Amino acid sequence: MELRKDYFADVRKDDLHEIGQPRPRSDSPGHVTGRTAYFADRNFPGMLHLKMVRSPHDHARIRSIDTSEAEKHPGVVKVLTAKDVPHNVYTILILIQVGPEDETVLADGKVRWKGEAVVAVLAETERAAQEAVAKVKVNYEVLPAVFDMEEALKPGAPVVNEYHGQNYYLYDSGECRKVRFGDVDAAFAQADHVLEQSYQSSPIEHAPTETTGCVVAPEGNDRFTCYTNTQAMFFTLDNTSIILQMPGSKLHFVGGTVGGGFGGKVDVIVEPIAILGAKLTGRPVCFIYSREEEMQISSPRAAEKVVIKDGVMKDGRIIARKVTGYTDAGAYSRHSPYGAQKGAGHYPGPYTIPNVWIDTYCVYTNRTPSSAMRGFGVTIGDFALEVQMDKLARLIGMDPLEFRFINAYRDGDMKAHRQPTEGAALIECMQEASRAANWPVAEKYMAMSSYKNGA
Amino acid sequence: MAIRRGRGVAAINYPTGMNLGGDPTQALVHSTPTGNFMVTLSSVDLGQGMKQIMAQICAETIGVPTDRVVVDTADTDTGPHCMGTFASRGTHRAGNAVIQAAREARQVMLEVAAEEMEVNASDLETDGQGNILVKGAPQKSMSIFDVALSAHFKRGRSISGRGMFLIPRSYPEKETGAMKPSTCYAHACTVAEVEVDDETGEVTVLTVKNVFEIGRALNPKMVEQQLVGGSWMGISHALYETTEPYYPNRDHGGTDFNQYLMPGPGDLAETEIIVLERPSADGPYGAKGPGEMCANPQIPAVANAVFDAVGVRIDTLPITPERILRALKAQASN
Repeated sequence: MELRKDYFADVRKDDLHEIGQPRPRSDSPGHVTGRTAYFADRNFPGMLHLKMVRSPHDHARIRSIDTSEAEKHPGVVKVLTAKDVPHNVYTILILIQVGPEDETVLADGKVRWKGEAVVAVLAETERAAQEAVAKVKVNYEVLPAVFDMEEALKPGAPVVNEYHGQNYYLYDSGECRKVRFGDVDAAFAQADHVLEQSYQSSPIEHAPTETTGCVVAPEGNDRFTCYTNTQAMFFTLDNTSIILQMPGSKLHFVGGTVGGGFGGKVDVIVEPIAILGAKLTGRPVCFIYSREEEMQISSPRAAEKVVIKDGVMKDGRIIARKVTGYTDAGAYSRHSPYGAQKGAGHYPGPYTIPNVWIDTYCVYTNRTPSSAMRGFGVTIGDFALEVQMDKLARLIGMDPLEFRFINAYRDGDMKAHRQPTEGAALIECMQEASRAANWPVAEKYMAMSSYKNGA
Repeated sequence: MAIRRGRGVAAINYPTGMNLGGDPTQALVHSTPTGNFMVTLSSVDLGQGMKQIMAQICAETIGVPTDRVVVDTADTDTGPHCMGTFASRGTHRAGNAVIQAAREARQVMLEVAAEEMEVNASDLETDGQGNILVKGAPQKSMSIFDVALSAHFKRGRSISGRGMFLIPRSYPEKETGAMKPSTCYAHACTVAEVEVDDETGEVTVLTVKNVFEIGRALNPKMVEQQLVGGSWMGISHALYETTEPYYPNRDHGGTDFNQYLMPGPGDLAETEIIVLERPSADGPYGAKGPGEMCANPQIPAVANAVFDAVGVRIDTLPITPERILRALKAQASN
């Protein structure tokens, strides 16, 4: 790595003692010698193992659940169904008033994706729990499912989630989050070229080294200590308090040392049911995802579809950009309504475009609920935007890097969501990339600056 | 049939924080009797090194070496509230809270030293080595060890501080979408060079040159580990990863690392990282959040390089050999 101190030297004082120093990480020796304690290193006498009975169907009505054989299985201590969960229908963003509550801790009456949790089994050993899971009998009536976002948005499509009533999230702005800036239609009419292209991604796994999980110990004072690898301690505690209808003062979360997290551990999935198990049995409980569960059950990065329509002039100026983004939330909201709206605030990318129209949709389908992942609401949008930029440059016969200089935002430029640009540095990054990659651009671009009224 | 070479560029920015939800983090700082400092948080270290960075921020602010600071996180019985580690917010939000708490603790520390040395607190400064000096008369000094002892056993003072950083929630305007989705933006430009085998559709990423602007590299070695890892993840997203290879079809989802494709060490490109620093107005010592941004520009840069190499656009991720071969076949038949 090379620190190029010559850029922005005029706005930066390099007079610090500890900041800017490559101090060795104090936690590294523990990590590399195996001495760092993670949640799963906690082991308590009498600890029970929790395993889930999961839906084999993408969409089905539950006619009946028979747990009698499972309960008789040697080693099984407790079997939990929806009726055991005090506040079974929840949504995690209710903490910031983003509802409605639309997901069940344990399925009640219906399953909406293949892999959804239906029954929780607590047993003396992992093996006994796994064997008992196979003995739970669930009678399903399979329902039509929808997997494609376009199909889901058509009239008459199967309704994925009755708590929403339609297969998209309803924002206060309507069926999508909107950004309106200037007049895109007038600008398209004036543009030398108009290019509309569609981009698509597929769900992506977080792949942390340490799978999602927690260990819960009931304390003597009617409190529960939950050792967890959540990425958000109080967010998880407060949601657990709602789901279990238990005062927050009864809950003690310990964590903060996590073996990799890219957003998937912001969901609140394992902690509430494990604490409930500990409460109802009076025993410590551990609930840790297998690698298979981590890959197919825990939330992936959402698949997205992004449609971009641009109006561009022969001289390289983009004069209009219309973006329609679709985020595949899967069967439940989790963080997806936030991610789709974050996308609306990110488009049209780091470029100054006078006419912009953005619609971002959060769509429900019968698949594993997606949620936050590194670059939430932005990563796939950037893929679409930057491939589109390449296509536009070639369309007008311009060098792709020079084309970006022409449109790059600078301090003071008004963004589509009506915030003036501050602290821009795109131009300088491109100048340095031009040098480092030996990708020459015209001298006038190397003389540009992100500063207001920069050359 | 041939191996064809191409290169592509992408430039991006990335927002720090989750302003659209409201974004608070708190921190507490206190000294031990012998002048070490405890930072108490409920923020989560995901392995990225948050504890180390918070220690350096606290040390810089109080004016002591980093090894005099211990970070305690995350326990909800002791640590004050933090929204969580996501949205590239950890260093920025918690760092600002730690600075505020450390400033308050530093002020008490200087007041105690001033009483001991019979000078005004405003005339004192720290040397960064564990001592408090009189400005302009450095021979008149006192160790922070002794100042802490005095505070605890003689002066009855608590060398401690409270820190709070809050970005109030921004509500998007319904019709126009006017909003403040972030506080500051990190930037990047990446140039990727690839080889594409037009017989097998296989892509080899040869070099990835990344330029990142991150506000301030608080610890350059840790910045490097973050940015290199992110760059690898970007390549992985571009060419390999998905839980549903034939999305929206649900079949063929991987359930372990044999089935779920990710690059191995031999698949990783020669990676170059260049860092620029334009300090952000509201970041701790000017830092922005580069943790998420650093995995983004490689994806379109690789996609554009594939086009440059073989002349077909793969607009669906991941860019698999199958998709490239199908596109080449369609191109040949046109």
